[in-house]
Amino acid sequence: MKIRLAHGGGGRETRALINDLIQGYLGNPILDKMEDAAVLTGHAQLAFTTDSFVVKPLFFPGGDIGTLCVCGTTNDLAVMGARPSKLSLALILEEGLDIDILEKVLQSIRNECRQGGLEVVCGDTKVVEKGACDALFINTSGIGFYERNVPFSLTQIQEGDVLLLSGFSGDHGAAILNARHSLDIQNAVLSDCAQLYPLVSLLQEAKVTVHAMRDATRGGVAAVANEMADASGLTAVIEESMVPVRASVAAFCDLLGLSPLELANEGKLVVALPEKEALKALALMRNHSLGQQAAVIGKMEKRSDFSAVLQTGLGIRRILEMPRGEHLPRIC
Amino acid sequence: MKPDSDLIALQKRLLARMAHNSRSLPITRIMEVCGTHTMAIGRFGLRRVLPDNIRLISGPGCPVCVTPAGYIDQAIAIARKHGLTLAAFGDLLRVPGRTGSLETARAEGVGVEIILSPSDLFRLKKPLLFLATGFETTLAPIASVIQETVQRKEQNIFFLTSFKIVPPTLHLLLNDPEIGIDAFLLPGHVSAIIGEAAYGVLPVPSVIAGFECLSILLALDKIVSMKQDGLTGVANTYRQAVTRNGNRVAQKLIAEMLEPCDEPWRGIGPLPGCSLQLRPAYHSVDAVRVFSLPPLENENTPGCCCGDILKGKIRPFDCPLFAKSCTPDSPVGPCMVSSEGTCAAFYKYERTAP
Repeated sequence: MKIRLAHGGGGRETRALINDLIQGYLGNPILDKMEDAAVLTGHAQLAFTTDSFVVKPLFFPGGDIGTLCVCGTTNDLAVMGARPSKLSLALILEEGLDIDILEKVLQSIRNECRQGGLEVVCGDTKVVEKGACDALFINTSGIGFYERNVPFSLTQIQEGDVLLLSGFSGDHGAAILNARHSLDIQNAVLSDCAQLYPLVSLLQEAKVTVHAMRDATRGGVAAVANEMADASGLTAVIEESMVPVRASVAAFCDLLGLSPLELANEGKLVVALPEKEALKALALMRNHSLGQQAAVIGKMEKRSDFSAVLQTGLGIRRILEMPRGEHLPRIC
Repeated sequence: MKPDSDLIALQKRLLARMAHNSRSLPITRIMEVCGTHTMAIGRFGLRRVLPDNIRLISGPGCPVCVTPAGYIDQAIAIARKHGLTLAAFGDLLRVPGRTGSLETARAEGVGVEIILSPSDLFRLKKPLLFLATGFETTLAPIASVIQETVQRKEQNIFFLTSFKIVPPTLHLLLNDPEIGIDAFLLPGHVSAIIGEAAYGVLPVPSVIAGFECLSILLALDKIVSMKQDGLTGVANTYRQAVTRNGNRVAQKLIAEMLEPCDEPWRGIGPLPGCSLQLRPAYHSVDAVRVFSLPPLENENTPGCCCGDILKGKIRPFDCPLFAKSCTPDSPVGPCMVSSEGTCAAFYKYERTAP
């Protein structure tokens, strides 16, 4: 069956799509009330964020737009130190979309929600005429709660802080590029799309002092290094030989003239924390499936001429630029 | 990027040997001709660890940079007039013509497709105009697709070519007394196609190099030792990919389909015999013939030093516009427009003089 414009008309067909399909996968007591807004209770301090997902292709090795729209939004909450809890889900469907495809995406959303203890508590469905969007766009907003913890912030970063990366850099970008252009790279790499909150809570529970975190999505580690530097008025120094990169991704980047530091990730944390906390944090992360390859990749130094610099294996420092231009549109 | 201490130790030993062997040499200016080398040298930070008297200067080896601005204008104008989709390699997307870039044209409704391989052309929406630019490396695969287009009797794929070749350019650069080139770091990819022999007799040490940090250091070390021994001519430190005679199939195709012409190089002007155009047998798909396009003019932007930078006469830092009014976001001259342009590479990795 295909999506028709009538599915977005707000009438009987819309109702049926929501009741039969969406609630079938994502129903819960709050959503099932079908009120105009979800009523949430209980917590004084919240984190709230939103993200839209237009990834192409919809299904890629290691994930799909459904996994992405849960992981992407909840990771933005997690890196602020909040426990992701509630999501909104807004679907923009292209007329003629196969309902099987929508169903697969809903399955992925359900699986991610179950895994992360999350609920979709409100949503919206629109259908646009053929050609007005590309198959399926999704917006999710997310709310996270602070129970005992306090928010992290880039403004808390101090001179001397070390930077940890939770694993291999560039997997998502390489996976999408490979899938999009049918490059048929052998030993194709999978997207690292994953919910990062478990890794964050591990550090919180062990009372590791963390100043700031960011998930290294578009623009990769290079963008995060620049953002951390600019927010703190310091310079981020990244040590090239310490950044974990899969051999296949490194080779892929060599071939296409890309830098693994600029490629997107969807399941990687960059953590800024005091040097004395680094070993403890590293040990905790490496014990978790999401952080086995975690490594210290650099530190924050007194501000020099540039926001971020890369120290190469030969001990030379050169600029690590904020990535620019249309590297790869529609990666998430 | 896994720490490979053996590799780094080897690189450091090469640097130390070069420092030792170059002690008695005067200032030695080595031109890297290839944009990919310029980028690699910046990425590895090599300019900052070489001995003081070993100077790397960047040559005109980025095909996008030396493509005249009028070429972009012509492509966009034909696309608008005849409803053609434009196809190009990604590095051409943001290159400004005088009236806009492919990127701005796309935002205004012109169909623009970025391709990774010329063979992708056959699956795109037609009618189609391919902006065929490049040195010998890209020339061969494009030529084979042009040939296939003609053989298939495709009525709706056209080629706007701007092809450049390396060997005669080197000889012209060497003969320019203002530049003063003491040695060449020769391009690995181009050499894989044309072979060592194609460079002829070069009166300075000229070494073909790969693109890894170690490969570039090996080639520079070779240049230093040739200098020390008073040797000249072509040496090859990239034997994994480059043979004496190169890729004969590709060379035959290029020779059969293309002939020399005098198209101007952006920022430099006319370099006689250093460009190629399609031979008459292929005029049915040659956009210049099909759409009766006028020859491209030699144009210069006032205040822009790109010509001198492309020839290696000055460094990007020496240009008054560099990193001030000329940046990758709003490039004034050709060296800043392409990601492999000399100024773009310096801006990205070095920005300030060492």
